[in-house]
Amino acid sequence: MIDAVGNPQAVLLMGGTSDIGLAVVEAFASDRPMRVVLAARPSSRLAAAQARLAGLGCAVETVEFDARALDTHADVVRKAFVGGDIDVAIVAFGLLGDAEQAWTDVAAAVELAQVNYTAAVSVGVALAEHLRAQGHGALVAFSSVAGERVRRSNFVYGSTKAGMDAFYTGLTEALRPDGVGVTVVRPGFVHTRMTEGLKPAPLSTTPEAVAAVVVDAVRKRRGLVWAPAPLRIVMSVLRHLPRAVFRRLPV
Amino acid sequence: MSSTVSGRPASLRGWGRTAPTTARVIIPRSADEVSAAVAAVGPRGIIARGLGRSYGDPAQNAGGTVLDMTGLAAIGSIDPDSGLTVVDGGVSLDALMRAALPHGLWVPVLPGTRQVSIGGAIGADVHGKNHHRYGSFGNHVRSMDLVTSDGTIRTLTPDGPDAELFWATVGGMGLTGVITRATVALHRTESAYFVVDTDRTADLDELMGLLTDGSDDSYAYSAAWFDTTTAGAQLGRAVLTRGSLATRDELPPKLRRDPLRFDAPQLLRFPDVFPNGLANRHTLRAFSELWYRKAPRRQRGAIQNITAFYQVLDLFGDWNRVYGSRGFLQYQFVVPFGAEPTVRRIVEKIVASPHSSGLNVFKRFGAASPAPLSFPQPGWTITVDFPLAPGLHRFCTELDELVLGAGGRLYLAKDSRASGATIRRGYPRFDEWRKVRDAADPDGVFVSDMARRLELTT
Repeated sequence: MIDAVGNPQAVLLMGGTSDIGLAVVEAFASDRPMRVVLAARPSSRLAAAQARLAGLGCAVETVEFDARALDTHADVVRKAFVGGDIDVAIVAFGLLGDAEQAWTDVAAAVELAQVNYTAAVSVGVALAEHLRAQGHGALVAFSSVAGERVRRSNFVYGSTKAGMDAFYTGLTEALRPDGVGVTVVRPGFVHTRMTEGLKPAPLSTTPEAVAAVVVDAVRKRRGLVWAPAPLRIVMSVLRHLPRAVFRRLPV
Repeated sequence: MSSTVSGRPASLRGWGRTAPTTARVIIPRSADEVSAAVAAVGPRGIIARGLGRSYGDPAQNAGGTVLDMTGLAAIGSIDPDSGLTVVDGGVSLDALMRAALPHGLWVPVLPGTRQVSIGGAIGADVHGKNHHRYGSFGNHVRSMDLVTSDGTIRTLTPDGPDAELFWATVGGMGLTGVITRATVALHRTESAYFVVDTDRTADLDELMGLLTDGSDDSYAYSAAWFDTTTAGAQLGRAVLTRGSLATRDELPPKLRRDPLRFDAPQLLRFPDVFPNGLANRHTLRAFSELWYRKAPRRQRGAIQNITAFYQVLDLFGDWNRVYGSRGFLQYQFVVPFGAEPTVRRIVEKIVASPHSSGLNVFKRFGAASPAPLSFPQPGWTITVDFPLAPGLHRFCTELDELVLGAGGRLYLAKDSRASGATIRRGYPRFDEWRKVRDAADPDGVFVSDMARRLELTT
């Protein structure tokens, strides 16, 4: 159960090696040790994450999860709930890919669409079923400002995030009567393994700063947050720019 | 009818307005309907809910069934000679009091609010300002009907063949079954008024001195409000009010005509419009200053009605809304006599912290109940209210350590954030309770959010 001060007892991370996802888990664990389920493909990174969380006093379990293997998702999520209720489920897997290859290479485009959109929807539906049954919990989904107004520079990635953002925004309302809170998080440029080597955009941030925003949002039961928070205003302006102006911006 | 059987989904939370979850709520109208609901339980179990005055999550059951017991609200019989009264589990102490007073009978244990059900009063083993003389609610229950996990109704008595289950149910937070009816022994009274003495103390030490100089035992009721916004020579300055029920002769002539009149109005209901952060350091400091100053330095023999002396907050409906949508938590602990340095240390910590509290209660507890999970034990109990704020959990965890280190414990009816380990350490007879509970409910039919959070039943 999430207690009165917003500390969960059990957290599930779908995408168990995600830098931002792990930062969120660590932020929750810093107040109080908890049970953690990491769903990911086995790797040395996963083992390292497991060890680090165990060092914080968490009881860590792992479940093998491949976002590409869509037909396994229902079973993966079922296994993740075997140990008991999950108070916070975090959907933090995704691919950035090479933006130019993504719109010129069919296979690359399909992979992005499947992992970032189809898999996110499939995992979302499976999680929703279990969270509804337990009558409580929070679901955190990592969208991106890239999906809010899609830019020429990374529009395939942007389109997948736009789709998953819309899905989880709808899920927020669908799960509300069942006592389950869904939080859609729209980070800007975050310094992670995923963005290594890329030129940082303005208002770039760190996984730890995003994690602080997410923990606060879950505790306050917010449906939609930006990280960092001022991006909300920036994106609101960008969203309303005429196309003729927007396409000339160096963003 | 279908809504009675399958229930209606509803979001529930405690009086602290934190951690809501959704359950199917059924309103049974009879003990048989309770049995039927228990027999038809789903995989996520069932728990009874009274009037929702527990601060945390003991009367919630996410994804499962919650029995709203307010449908079982009949007062069966009142015997004016013996004081023995048979009431349904959903009857409020307020209703019981109104029914009993015309017979010259008084509810022996009253917590800070009368809006508590009989089932809740037993399940939390509530106490009042007279604990040092009369013990807790369970001490006055002569028998109860409990619907156990197989749906049967068992009649339990404190010293009969099912005494173990009786005492596991007292303070058992609803986890042994559903209390559908109880026989409570009421006391005789000549009036519904109190003769009250007030003493304002300069600090905490003077307060503890007054409570241990022997004078406390001459009052049936005794509790103090104390200040958590002043430090140094004014650390824990307090207003101690003590009194006893007035005899008819002690009343002024005007009240003597109708001494049993129940004089307890509700002035107003608070609307749900208060912003978060209204109860803050500054407003609570101002409130504390005012509360201290308005009290007489020393007063003897004042005649007061129940709301003035006892249940001031019952003047205001939904007063918990003052804390805003984020809610608050109430922290109540007891430490044994001899732990006075710890009491002082805790009050100092609260004063020095960014967390402020206005409604603070200080009381001396008397003998403990035979119930393994009953909260009161001989010693000092302190109750404070903290609005939800960042860092509150860590601060309370530091307080937990001081309380446990002194051999104290937390009150389950107030808790909304402790860990299971903290509760187990504070209740050395937990395993004894657990054994009786598990025997009565081997399949874990009775479960609540609190039970899941504190791992009380798993």
